[in-house]
Amino acid sequence: MKIDIQLKHGSLSPQQCIDWVSSPRVGGIDVFVGTVREQTQGRPVLYLDFEAYEPMAVAEMRKIAETACERWPIERIAIHHRVGKLEIGDLAVVIAVSTPHRKAAFDACQYAIDTLKKTVPIWKKEVFTDGEVWVAAHP
Amino acid sequence: MQLTILAFGIAKDILGRRELQLEVPDDTTVRDLKDRLLERYPEFSRLVSLAIAVNSEYSAEDVLLQERDEIALIPPVSGG
Repeated sequence: MKIDIQLKHGSLSPQQCIDWVSSPRVGGIDVFVGTVREQTQGRPVLYLDFEAYEPMAVAEMRKIAETACERWPIERIAIHHRVGKLEIGDLAVVIAVSTPHRKAAFDACQYAIDTLKKTVPIWKKEVFTDGEVWVAAHP
Repeated sequence: MQLTILAFGIAKDILGRRELQLEVPDDTTVRDLKDRLLERYPEFSRLVSLAIAVNSEYSAEDVLLQERDEIALIPPVSGG
């Protein structure tokens, strides 16, 4: 088993992902960590609320990992996404990819996060002092 | 037949609920369902996109819906 997909209601651990993808066969591990920013276009954010269509989100994240494994010589890949209420600085997503040589790890990790943002049914609501917005919903 | 439709994100806000029961003709396609929802809830037309998932998979517009399908409204996603 070389794919670890998790949708978590608690905090994420990059170290846990790194440990899971580690192996004597790999020469490079690339890690992407997505975090909660304190502002959007100058407007201070109080917190974020992530909602997921959970079974489909897990299935779509698995598809991303499987496609990545077909395209690059991946030893292991972990994709963990958090849902629920997240405060500024919290980790929303962690992706770790291990490969024999570094370039494939960089490329596969970038593919994974870019595709996740387009296809995985997870929604982010930004809560401000004076209102709230579902991100990317409207043009 | 009666369809059960799950709604997430802004789609849930537009429907005002997480789950909608909708009576439709037996030969209803994904496209028909979308048209019906847009007619009943015009706010959907203001979204960047509205996809429909059938049994946890993105569905093509010409797919025929079955009463036991799990149908979900997928407004623009924003994870990561």
